[in-house]
Amino acid sequence: MSDAQTSMEHVQDPHLADHPTPRRYVTIAIILSIVTALEVAVYYLEAVEDFLVPMLAIMAVVKFVLVAAYFMHLRFDSRIFRRLFVTGLLLAFGVFGIVMWIFFLVGNGPSPAIGG
Amino acid sequence: MSTHEVAADHHTSTGLDNTKLAMWAFLGSECLFFGSLISTYLLYRNRVLSGPTPHEVYDIPYTSVSSFVLLMSSLTMVLALAAIQRGDHRGLRIWLLATAFLGMTFIGGQIYEFTTFVEEGLKLQTSTFGSSFFVLTGFHGAHVTVGILMLLMLVGMSMAGRLEPASEGARKVELIGLYWHFVDIVWIVIFMIVYLVPTSS
Repeated sequence: MSDAQTSMEHVQDPHLADHPTPRRYVTIAIILSIVTALEVAVYYLEAVEDFLVPMLAIMAVVKFVLVAAYFMHLRFDSRIFRRLFVTGLLLAFGVFGIVMWIFFLVGNGPSPAIGG
Repeated sequence: MSTHEVAADHHTSTGLDNTKLAMWAFLGSECLFFGSLISTYLLYRNRVLSGPTPHEVYDIPYTSVSSFVLLMSSLTMVLALAAIQRGDHRGLRIWLLATAFLGMTFIGGQIYEFTTFVEEGLKLQTSTFGSSFFVLTGFHGAHVTVGILMLLMLVGMSMAGRLEPASEGARKVELIGLYWHFVDIVWIVIFMIVYLVPTSS
């Protein structure tokens, strides 16, 4: 009997029954470990120094999405949960953009007096 | 899940579990909280007029291991959820304790890191880099600590039989699990931005 079938016998909540099997969870964890190892490897590689930040950003996004989609079950749960979380993320990016705009475009970066 | 509990979900205006909805709203607001702290760190990490600079104090191999430990704690957390979904309370307790242990290992590592930084001359008041670093990672560590306490509380509730029926217990474990995974994804961002992205100094 598969893990999914076992799950469905014990929990009749339709949202919980859609969750991945333990084997899938382990597969995701292995992928996360490999991507983390790649992040650290790329950090030490001088050959990719010019592309370091975009490469790190892409790998972090991959890890973020995997954890949110599979471990937090956003891929399987109601869209309302996804929208709530994405709204928070967009607001955070908005705050980040506004702060950077104020300091670097309107002003001239954080002043040494403030900056310590 | 009993018919009564299923019905309770469908009596809400969204047809969803209100506690889970509240948890997602809370996590959305936490994105803003950590987004602000990360923005502040990015602004001030190069403003080092006294004390050590980021690349002088960071120990990337050490922090990489800490990150790996926290990532694996997310795996043990979902395995705990899978266990209670099967009605396996013993498995639930084992995986919850494993998650709490991994969380404590991460916090122990963070305390060691902070102690090392202070010995090397980087304190909260040394520079704006020090202030923004300790506030950002310190608040994350506080979140992990709260998560550990909630995990241990779940273990206690399981032992006292307060996670019965299994479907209701799974609901509670899933809520705490969401918080734990959120703490993990915040660290994914912190590890990349704070430790791996090079500074201009």
